[in-house]
Amino acid sequence: MSTRRLAVIDANRCVGCQCCMFACNRRLGVGGLSRSAIHISSVGGISRGFSVKVCRACEDPPCADVCPTQAMKRRDGGGVKFHQDICTKCGSCMNACILGAITWDNENNVPIVCIYCGICARYCPYQVIELEDISGEM
Amino acid sequence: MDPNLSRLLIIDLSSKTFRIEERTSLFEERIGGAGVAIRLLHEFCPKGTDPLGPDNPIILAVGSLSALFPLASKCVAMFKSPLTGNLGESHAGGRTATSIRMAGFGAIVITGKSSQPVYLSITHNDVQFLDARSLWGMARGDTIARIIRTIDGNPGTRTILRIGRAGEQLVRYAAVTSETYRHFGRMGLGAVFGSKLLKAIVISGDAAIPVNNIKGYRLLYDQIFDAVTKSPIMKKYHDVGTAVNVLPLKSLGSIPIKNLTTSQLEKSDQLTGEEFVSNYLARRLACSHCPVSCIHLAQLRTSYPHDPYFFKTTSVCYDYELIYSLGFTLGIANPKQVLSLIDEIEGTGMDAMSSGVVAAYVTEAMKNGLITSDMTGGIELEFGDTSSYMQFFKNLADQQIPFYKNLGKGVDYTSQLYGGSEYALAFGKNEMPGYHTGLAAIIGYLTGARHSHLDSAGYSVDQKPKQSTPEEIATQLYNEEAWRQILASLVICFFARGVYSEEMVQKCLEVSGISKTIDDLVLLGKQILYEKYQFKFREGFSFRNMRIPSRITTHPSGTGLISEKDIRKGIETYENLLLSSGTGPAQSE
Repeated sequence: MSTRRLAVIDANRCVGCQCCMFACNRRLGVGGLSRSAIHISSVGGISRGFSVKVCRACEDPPCADVCPTQAMKRRDGGGVKFHQDICTKCGSCMNACILGAITWDNENNVPIVCIYCGICARYCPYQVIELEDISGEM
Repeated sequence: MDPNLSRLLIIDLSSKTFRIEERTSLFEERIGGAGVAIRLLHEFCPKGTDPLGPDNPIILAVGSLSALFPLASKCVAMFKSPLTGNLGESHAGGRTATSIRMAGFGAIVITGKSSQPVYLSITHNDVQFLDARSLWGMARGDTIARIIRTIDGNPGTRTILRIGRAGEQLVRYAAVTSETYRHFGRMGLGAVFGSKLLKAIVISGDAAIPVNNIKGYRLLYDQIFDAVTKSPIMKKYHDVGTAVNVLPLKSLGSIPIKNLTTSQLEKSDQLTGEEFVSNYLARRLACSHCPVSCIHLAQLRTSYPHDPYFFKTTSVCYDYELIYSLGFTLGIANPKQVLSLIDEIEGTGMDAMSSGVVAAYVTEAMKNGLITSDMTGGIELEFGDTSSYMQFFKNLADQQIPFYKNLGKGVDYTSQLYGGSEYALAFGKNEMPGYHTGLAAIIGYLTGARHSHLDSAGYSVDQKPKQSTPEEIATQLYNEEAWRQILASLVICFFARGVYSEEMVQKCLEVSGISKTIDDLVLLGKQILYEKYQFKFREGFSFRNMRIPSRITTHPSGTGLISEKDIRKGIETYENLLLSSGTGPAQSE
């Protein structure tokens, strides 16, 4: 099976509707923005546009390196797979990602980690993001 | 139903305390938004309350579809209006609805008055009362948001509501701005904030929103998302934006020009949505959970007169109504000058529509000798003279000269002092929007609970080919406004009204945990409208003594001359329909 990751094609086209964030939440069976693994916020005021934070699927992911229980395992080709059952909820992974791509689900007390499903891209009407195949690239 | 939706946050600024109440039956019965807010207004606003006194409540409410479905992206504010003295209701987009819902509330009520300028920081179970003395009196409202966003809330999921200096100075049509470019614009919520020494509110949270049936929810969501993103109805908002209306309305002679003294504005070819897109559009933005992105920002570059190497570059949000109120009705045909006036008004925190209409009235009254430059602080207004209007708006927001204190109470009030009421373009004391399309628009302004063009969309009825009698028009407007109470309760952007049919609304409610038949909803809409009128009547409103500016009947509309007799006939029909829907005095929970 091919390895995929989210790519930010053109953040300048982002209008800040956050439909990608709502889509990520729906995947988890709830409404709102609380458990989204993609983050849209303004670049210091919305007149200047938006920052689109996604997991880059690093080839050598710092979040996996710091996980004390290997709940965050490297994925072949880049990125990580998260195993919630062995997570100690220490938050090291979130702190290790300097992009801010890992956030925290306060309700369930677990990190929020992208699974590279691409549902967010399907609900972006402006082609800001897309799921790309990185097999053989890394 | 989501248990967070029925949580009501009640804040008392006088004692700096708050409490949270569970109001499950209220939210189940009223589905949120306007339906809940009007009940709370009856409950929290004592009869005869001074709109600028501590007893006037500020009510913010969201609906059961907020943060669940696309374009359920608005928040309702309800209060006693300092402009009209009765129902104050205003809707704003931005992130407010999502943030309130995620903070775990269906509605927020703010009462009392702080002893010093304050801003509120609201999270799931907490309210902080923070010192805003350093923010009070700042020249531009957008600076306030810039400061607050560096110290409070989570980027992307918070909302920042704030007032400018017009709100502080109690201009009765001061706005509350959210997310820089969205507004609770009409009816003076900004002045109510100012009267409480409430400078701003930040709301943030991360509560998830449960649904009844996740599979059904996803299917229904996709149906709506597809309709919204592919519908031809939404295309005009998405592409050129609301300013696309300029050309067709202009060709029909339906735009009020120079305070409705003429049907043409010379050299106004550049003042169209299409021209703004070609020459000034810099970015489009969206409210949270709206893929349409109707918010159009222009880039305005202004040079410094004595230094060719300095420029002020600002992003200015334009819309049809602003092009009308700061362009056409002031006789200003140059788009750059219109943008600079919009930017000035944005900085003061005044409602652009009311401000433009007030300025247009003063211009005509000066021409007629009713108002002189001795009164205005030396300003001589003339249609088309942008620099004089710029200074005029500064003075209006600052309220330092007694004359401007009168103007700050609205064009209806002002014309009673200085004369010229025949061309003081307000309906139910709310300044006119940009549609002089015909009889239906006028009956709509006069009968709508908010006296807004968005109450019953009479302008749209006028643009349909079929000419109707005043009675038919009034019936159509009444039914439209009654249904809009359901949309305003959910709180769906009216731009998406074509997508949210009765059947669609009923299905969406079902997956969000509220069961209602379409008949239930239609009846509920009529009840909510009736309760709004119960509040208006209680505060002295009457259909019988409404002022109709005679300019409306002497200057031809897009569909020709309108007779006062037809307008009065329409009002009478509307009143009878409304009263026959009554279910007795409004009941509070």
